[in-house]
Amino acid sequence: MKLALLADVHSNLEALDACMRHARREGAERFVFLGDIVGYGADPGAVVDVVAAQVAAGGLAVKGNHDDAVRNAGTDLNDDARAAIDWTRGRLDQAQAAFLDGLPLIVREDGVCWVHASANSPGDWNYVTDDLQAARSMGAAETTWCFSGHVHDQVLYYQGAGRRLMAFRPLPGVPIPVGRHRRWLAIVGSAGQPRDGNSAAAYALFDTRRAQLVFHRVPYDHEAASAKILAAGLPASLARRLRDGH
Amino acid sequence: MAVMLKPGSTIDDYTIGECVHDGGMGFIYRVTGPDAGFPLIMKVPRLGHGQPTEGVVGFEVEQMMLSAITSPYVPRFVAAGDLAETPYLVTEWIEGENLESAVGRAPLPTDEVARIGAAVADAIESLHRQDVIHLDIKPGNVLIRPDGRAVLIDFGLARHARLPDLMAEEMRRAVGTPQYISPEQVLGVRTDPRSDLFALGVVLYELATGKLPFGSPQTVSGLRDRLWLDPRPPRMLVPEIAPWLQEVILRLIEPRPDQRYPSAAQVAFDLRHPDRVTLTARASKLERIGFFAHVKRWLTAAGREAEVAPPPVEQVAAAPIVVAAVDTDHLDDDLQRALQGAVLRVIGHAPNARLACVSVLKDTPLMDGAKTSETTSGMHLDHLVRLRHWAKPMDLPPERLSVHVLEGADTARMLVEYARANHASLIVIGAANYSEPRLGLGRSITTAVSEDAPCSVYIVRSSTPVLGSGAPAVQESAEG
Repeated sequence: MKLALLADVHSNLEALDACMRHARREGAERFVFLGDIVGYGADPGAVVDVVAAQVAAGGLAVKGNHDDAVRNAGTDLNDDARAAIDWTRGRLDQAQAAFLDGLPLIVREDGVCWVHASANSPGDWNYVTDDLQAARSMGAAETTWCFSGHVHDQVLYYQGAGRRLMAFRPLPGVPIPVGRHRRWLAIVGSAGQPRDGNSAAAYALFDTRRAQLVFHRVPYDHEAASAKILAAGLPASLARRLRDGH
Repeated sequence: MAVMLKPGSTIDDYTIGECVHDGGMGFIYRVTGPDAGFPLIMKVPRLGHGQPTEGVVGFEVEQMMLSAITSPYVPRFVAAGDLAETPYLVTEWIEGENLESAVGRAPLPTDEVARIGAAVADAIESLHRQDVIHLDIKPGNVLIRPDGRAVLIDFGLARHARLPDLMAEEMRRAVGTPQYISPEQVLGVRTDPRSDLFALGVVLYELATGKLPFGSPQTVSGLRDRLWLDPRPPRMLVPEIAPWLQEVILRLIEPRPDQRYPSAAQVAFDLRHPDRVTLTARASKLERIGFFAHVKRWLTAAGREAEVAPPPVEQVAAAPIVVAAVDTDHLDDDLQRALQGAVLRVIGHAPNARLACVSVLKDTPLMDGAKTSETTSGMHLDHLVRLRHWAKPMDLPPERLSVHVLEGADTARMLVEYARANHASLIVIGAANYSEPRLGLGRSITTAVSEDAPCSVYIVRSSTPVLGSGAPAVQESAEG
């Protein structure tokens, strides 16, 4: 089965739509959302509806720190993120807020661990930014594959010839064999707010039957998404970020 | 699966036949299975207690590489078992002589070394163009097919620039075969395609002399010798070796990658065109450099650190072989000048590019007697001189420029075949080049080249309108 893995959509409806259309063309049968469905962007309600519909249809979603902050005002966020979440709270109806609140922090199924940040104490929202953090998350996941977001750049951590994990920067569109005889931790990249200087939305496709992972980059109408952010009165830096990709 | 499988037993869809190899890392069997259209072999790694895990990783790497590569110089991938359950790898069985046996006959004559070298360089080029570095080129890993083409086997140490490197680790260490490993691999670098060129140089040295340039070191410091040691020049061991071959070999085994050839295609080019090899001091060397020169090299090497190399595809792209199809019968027309401008722009962006200016002679006199052949060679020379004149504005050093006059009735086919045989990346050709009319219903030469070429084709038009069938409207208005 081909799974489309999307993380850090951040209320960016244009990016979400482009990634989902791309994924369907590539044969995706199920959608997995790895947290931070909302925050930063201008379309929280519409994005939550899309995700909720996918979950109802057999998809899966886990909770991110921005999703958590909608109900839990004590969550630690920077000023822009805080401003965006305060704005978001007023844009979600009861059902949408309840959907976010009810998301699990971590899910393990069929040898896969789905989690927004580190599988090691997922509610602490630790960033997996190096091989040591990755090893900690992989160890706590206790599965063959661990997929996450939170960090916005695409990376694949794997066991090389030495003791420490190696970090691999994937190229878009290249299928990578991720056999189940070793363990893998993939950060699928941010669909809604890429930060690596490339404005194209990021996501990944996981083919469970062939044990193959493909990272993708999808250009989308980021001008439209930026314009909505400005129109909503959200911080201008959030709009600029979508254009510059960092 | 540490024990040998019995003939007749089956794994998944395959029936085990004769065991053709029983090595330290595993077994190789002839197998039969779902019809692939060619004979098959199955590799099964030794697993279980006491087996080195590196062998299993190598097996996994090989499976990863073969399933990602499409090349006539690599056994075709057919199937693989699940590494967690029944690890095996089914590939095409290649009919051919292992290059080890040629080493047994060494020293080989210059032309045979060149032929084998060009065949192996073709195979290496094909890998590099797919972003793969073999990293273990040695005679035992090369098969020569009956038609002379080389096939590379054993991808257990290979690296694909677009896939995770399973052999990589934080603490870099040398991984390779001591006799053939490149200096940068000794430093733990697994990313430089020119490592394969170094190993090819060692193989050619061995074929030409019967000796190994750096011996068979057993220790890390012994391996490091090749960072500074000046090997004995091949002609010091076998005086019959042609100076040009020594030039090629010594350039291949330069300690620094940037002193070697920039691409395998350029190595193949030189090995196929001995008269076009630019001879430097390397060609005439008959002894090693002296003590003080060695000390100097040692001091430089002592400070050498691992350097990051651009991926193979980028290096290949940076060192293109550009073929300029020049109509030497019409050198002065605008189109030829436009062609010059186009070639200059292409070459100007690639400091490692190599330009081959090619002209095709159609109407050579019949070969009947000494006098006619003199005329043919006279014509040949005349066109070579014209090509050289045409290429003068490019201002290229001799090792980056060569001129070639081909003879044949089918100009387009000659150009396409030349480009194919020499791994050209680009053909630059004039739109109305070779001012002959179209032959019957056939295509123009430019059309035929652009359709059949194995590489990109840059079609150049002059700014002056071409008079004739192509531009009647322009002609009319010019007259009106």
